Amino acid sequence: MIRHVFILFWLAVAVSPVHAALNAAVVQQLAAPDTDQKISAIQQLALSAEPEAMRLLQALADDSLLLAGDKLVRIDGQRAFDAATSVEISPVPVNTESLVVNNRARGELATALAVLKLFGPNRDERLAAAKALEDNVDPIFIPVLERALAQEQDAEVKKMVAQAHALMALKSPDPAQRLAAVKTLGESGNPNLKIQFVALTSPANEADEQVRMAAQISLRALETRLAWGENISRIFSGLSLGSVLLLAALGLAITYGVMGIINMAHGELLMVGAYATYSVQNVFRNHFPDALDWYVLAAIPVAFFSAALVGVIMERTVIRWLYGRPLETLLATWGLSLILIQAARVIFGPQNMEVANPSWMSGGVELISNVVLPWNRLIIIGFALFVLGLMWVLLNRTRLGLFVRAVTQNRAMAGCVGVPTGRIDTLAFALGAGIAGLGGVALSQIANVGPDMGQGYIVDSFMVVVLGGVGQLAGAVWAALGLGVVTKFIEGWAGAVIAKIVVLVFIIIIIQKRPQGLFALKGRSVD
Amino acid sequence: MKRRNIIQALIIAALAVFGAGSGAYAADTIKVGILHSLSGTMAISETALKETALMTIADINAKGGVMGKMLEPVVVDPASNWPLFAEKARQLLTQDKVAVVFGCWTSVSRKSVLPVFSELNGLLFYPVQYEGEELEKNVFYTGAAPNQQAIPAVEYLMSKDGGGAKRFFLLGTDYVYPRTTNKILRAFLKSKGVAEKDIEEMYTPFGHSDYQTIVANIKKFAAGGKTAVISTINGDSNVPFYKELGNAGLKATDVPVVAFSVGEEELRGVDTKPLLGHLAAWNYFMTLKNGENDKFIKMYKDWAKKSKLPNADKAVTNDPMEATYIGIHMWKQAVEKAKSTDVNKVIAAMGGQSFKAPSGMTVKMDEKNHHLHKPVFIGEVRADGQFNVVWKTPGPIKAAPWSPYIEGNDKKKDEPDVK
Amino acid sequence: MIKKRTPFVIRFLLATSRRGWIALGLFALVAWVLMPAAHLILPDGHPLHVSDYVITLGGKVMCYAIVAVAMDLIWGFAGILSLGHGLFFALGGYVFGMYLMRSIGLDGVYHSALPDFMVFLDWKDLPWYWHGTEHFLYIVLLVLLVPALVAFIFGYFAFRSRIKGVYFSIITQALTYAAMLLFFRNETGFGGNNGFTDFKRILGYPITAPEMRVTLFVLSALMLMFTLVLGRYLVTSKFGRVLAAIRDAESRVMFIGYNPLWYKLTIWTLSAMLCAVAGALYVPQVGIINPSEMSPANSIEIAIWAAVGGRGTLIGPVLGAFVVNLSKSWFTVAFPEYWLFFLGLLFVLVTLFLPKGVVGLWQRIRQRGVP
Repeated sequence: MIRHVFILFWLAVAVSPVHAALNAAVVQQLAAPDTDQKISAIQQLALSAEPEAMRLLQALADDSLLLAGDKLVRIDGQRAFDAATSVEISPVPVNTESLVVNNRARGELATALAVLKLFGPNRDERLAAAKALEDNVDPIFIPVLERALAQEQDAEVKKMVAQAHALMALKSPDPAQRLAAVKTLGESGNPNLKIQFVALTSPANEADEQVRMAAQISLRALETRLAWGENISRIFSGLSLGSVLLLAALGLAITYGVMGIINMAHGELLMVGAYATYSVQNVFRNHFPDALDWYVLAAIPVAFFSAALVGVIMERTVIRWLYGRPLETLLATWGLSLILIQAARVIFGPQNMEVANPSWMSGGVELISNVVLPWNRLIIIGFALFVLGLMWVLLNRTRLGLFVRAVTQNRAMAGCVGVPTGRIDTLAFALGAGIAGLGGVALSQIANVGPDMGQGYIVDSFMVVVLGGVGQLAGAVWAALGLGVVTKFIEGWAGAVIAKIVVLVFIIIIIQKRPQGLFALKGRSVD
Repeated sequence: MKRRNIIQALIIAALAVFGAGSGAYAADTIKVGILHSLSGTMAISETALKETALMTIADINAKGGVMGKMLEPVVVDPASNWPLFAEKARQLLTQDKVAVVFGCWTSVSRKSVLPVFSELNGLLFYPVQYEGEELEKNVFYTGAAPNQQAIPAVEYLMSKDGGGAKRFFLLGTDYVYPRTTNKILRAFLKSKGVAEKDIEEMYTPFGHSDYQTIVANIKKFAAGGKTAVISTINGDSNVPFYKELGNAGLKATDVPVVAFSVGEEELRGVDTKPLLGHLAAWNYFMTLKNGENDKFIKMYKDWAKKSKLPNADKAVTNDPMEATYIGIHMWKQAVEKAKSTDVNKVIAAMGGQSFKAPSGMTVKMDEKNHHLHKPVFIGEVRADGQFNVVWKTPGPIKAAPWSPYIEGNDKKKDEPDVK
Repeated sequence: MIKKRTPFVIRFLLATSRRGWIALGLFALVAWVLMPAAHLILPDGHPLHVSDYVITLGGKVMCYAIVAVAMDLIWGFAGILSLGHGLFFALGGYVFGMYLMRSIGLDGVYHSALPDFMVFLDWKDLPWYWHGTEHFLYIVLLVLLVPALVAFIFGYFAFRSRIKGVYFSIITQALTYAAMLLFFRNETGFGGNNGFTDFKRILGYPITAPEMRVTLFVLSALMLMFTLVLGRYLVTSKFGRVLAAIRDAESRVMFIGYNPLWYKLTIWTLSAMLCAVAGALYVPQVGIINPSEMSPANSIEIAIWAAVGGRGTLIGPVLGAFVVNLSKSWFTVAFPEYWLFFLGLLFVLVTLFLPKGVVGLWQRIRQRGVP
């Protein structure tokens, strides 16, 4: 009650033309230990619609509104200002304490900022602000929204604002207003509205017959949309999982698929790529903070070459002595993988490393309202295609690729016609290792970077290569995408654990039917 | 030719078995076993506890040791392999003859060593929050029982400040700690009037790294009302989960996630910007401001620098590390009170020991139930990977290892069975 | 022809030469008399006293040695590399673990007739597959039959489709991985991640008594010796020769008129049964069985024991299991931070320089006349 009186008072202030300094008492209230008081201060500041209030709230959201003693100070870069009067304070106070803003306050803060931004000059910002108001907005902002609605020129923004307004109008005592609100909301497709519509279809909650009918129609439209969205996102997540599996397995498709080395250290090559990404990120952080967003691009060649280098060392020291003894490569590379894991643990420590998504890989694109396609996954799908293309070109369109294929098909003959088989082996293994390093770059963007990370992918990678048919690039692609989509669809109705088990059993059965994998090389060679 | 090999080989083998039997003895020190995985999947969490234990022991030695004797740490690596935990525990107790063991992280490792400790009458200090449902004479539990972590966290979520959650999504890795915690929470939520349809329980396998479907499920569930996610996801899977959550646009202000296994150490491996505002419940946070904590943090940072740990400049402290620190100090106090390292005497002397902990409160070992009275804090993730404490209990609360929300536990005694 | 008329037992025993028997006899003397006596009779402080740690460790490693020999029977002698043998080992362990769980009786945490984890999951009755598991003999039968059945069905389809080499290795890996995930689930009814633990007694005798420990140790030694004698008989018999022929040139064996399916299937199933028995002996000695025994890494390690010791010999895998496991036990204490380097290096060096394992090294030294 008192709060509402307050608000009325501040509404009066807000429409008054006097734009002086902010009310010091209200500003000071932002530092109140009680969340209710804090929220009321935030809302009052928002209702004032002053540019100064917006700057202050933004500072609160950015954690740059600090408490120095009992005085609130807004920090802007290297300078400090009094929170209420905006008078510069110098020297900048030391011993400051940041304000504790909990989730509830932060939610209200976001709403308040969005309300203020509805009147901004930039159309995109207004749209984003209106979108932020879609779900939760306090009824005290109704007049502000109405003002924004009246003033807004852009159709799309206007529509969003209207929806936010309609959400509140649902509780209006006037049936006509409620009807209009239901109709407006019926077009939004916001999944959070479902519960509102369901409530409105029952006579207990809604007295008006027409509103109930409209709610029913809106509900049905919404449900159809949601069902569509669910299927789309399921296919997308399947493809995304498939692309991750593919990136993890592509390097193995060369080292194992083409060269016949059962490379149990493959997972650790992924790890090398991921740690390389981490190191590049650190170099950027320390030396090129302005270009930090682009560290991933720089990491791609670094990861490729560092994994390839590890590959060369592995090949030169161990693997080259084991050609033609595939099962023994298994044992030796297993030993190598133990060494690499422990090396990572000693060098980088046993903890996971923090690899941040660059801003252009954070967040997602909203396809329809319940389908968000995260950027990092979209980019990884694209990256998988890129790596695949790169590999295809290298193997099929270059001299190196020709030699690699020649050596694997008939080593002696290739040697006779002058192919340096030893060097080709090293290069081919390095290529496979480098591709694994590229996989590591992708994995670092969605999962852990730690000493044990490779172990989680080794079984899956082998499944992909074997299921697709050893030596078959196309097979690996189909196997990875197939496994991804199948896993995601089973996971949808049976849970993650069962999905994994079913997929493994599925692989065993397929291998029974097609002992050489889905895409076996046709030939009549006898072992 | 081959048979002679067999003879020789067998002799070698037999000698090897005998050879492994001889242990070294040193005089005038008290041996202390440290049983934490330094390799394998759990190394990620347990290595820091080994360092904390070594640091605390070095600190105690620098201040004159225990009863005039130096402590001599014996570090072994059970390699995240559960049968190996039992083997190493037996080795510490019978070969090295340690007075006490600080160790274990996972429930299964504790369950694996328990029979060894009760058979040989050893003494184990277990520093990690766990599911309760256990009370062993030979174990002191310095981590939280469910009522010292999970239940206060859920109460907070239901409160106005916590967002007033009406629906709960219980998400965990499929093993005993999440299962038990969720069982207790389900009963607790029901007692608070939350309907069955407003609780969803879901489990993922160990090392699960693809959370797309689950995050989509959370979103769908959250459309039905104000939802909070209670996560008992185990260590490694947290990074992919939080990354997915951030990218799918679920913010803490809409759907807060409270985690019981994510602390400062785990957040070092995550980009925390998208996690702003998600919650964790612990008995200690590094951001707590008090003299004891400043001392503890400084001690650990110096230790990390001195022992050249990787990333020493970014060293953080967390709840199980604090519990290890408390445990070692309490054991020292008990030994000094008992004037002996004899296990039975130390156990008798442990009850009622108190210690001024880095959490800022004086924690006390319960007279009977082998658990600590600890304060509970709830923190929100900050952008720098630390936590803002948004709620705390007024004082330490007593552990209830037998949760009253599990059927039949009302008949359980609040002290270990005497065998 | 004469051989055919000799009774089976004689043929079985004659397969091992006199020197082999002497070696086994010496081993038996150590394992059955000296070690138990040194453990039970000598007092604790005596320099020759064998502690319970050594007894359990020795028992454990002997179980591993049985698995290594079983692995070598299919890999070294029949050319089938299984990366899923941990599954059979764990199945044997789980089956025997069921008996151990049931014989806890009312002494569990919840004082219920049901195992603790079932009480905890609110189960009111035993699931059907737990019925009868309180009978020791039935369990002994199950230890042999369950893994044999799994191995037989899997092997039948795999060998019938002529899945070979790496493909076979990978699908066995998939099999054990799937089983591990299945056993991790709490609903499967085997205690989930915690598995079975806190055993109390076998046939009414407390499991922690020194006598029980020695009995299990002696039984493990007996089983290891039986495995070796059986292995010797198999590889020297006609059956073993056909297997070797299949290993070296399967197509030719088929052209001569043999069906490799049944030969492979027999040795595969037998190998699985040996693993299961080893698993059943292993569980009471280490005190826990949980799904991580089925992890692919464990199965790879089994292959490594065989390789380190020497494939295609019988004593090799035994040596390999001892060398790898004892060095692991020692490294993890002596160099807790660096032991993986040593272990990894050991595997690399053995594959590079000792393609025939430790046994091969021994032969090489002898042939060169170096003492």
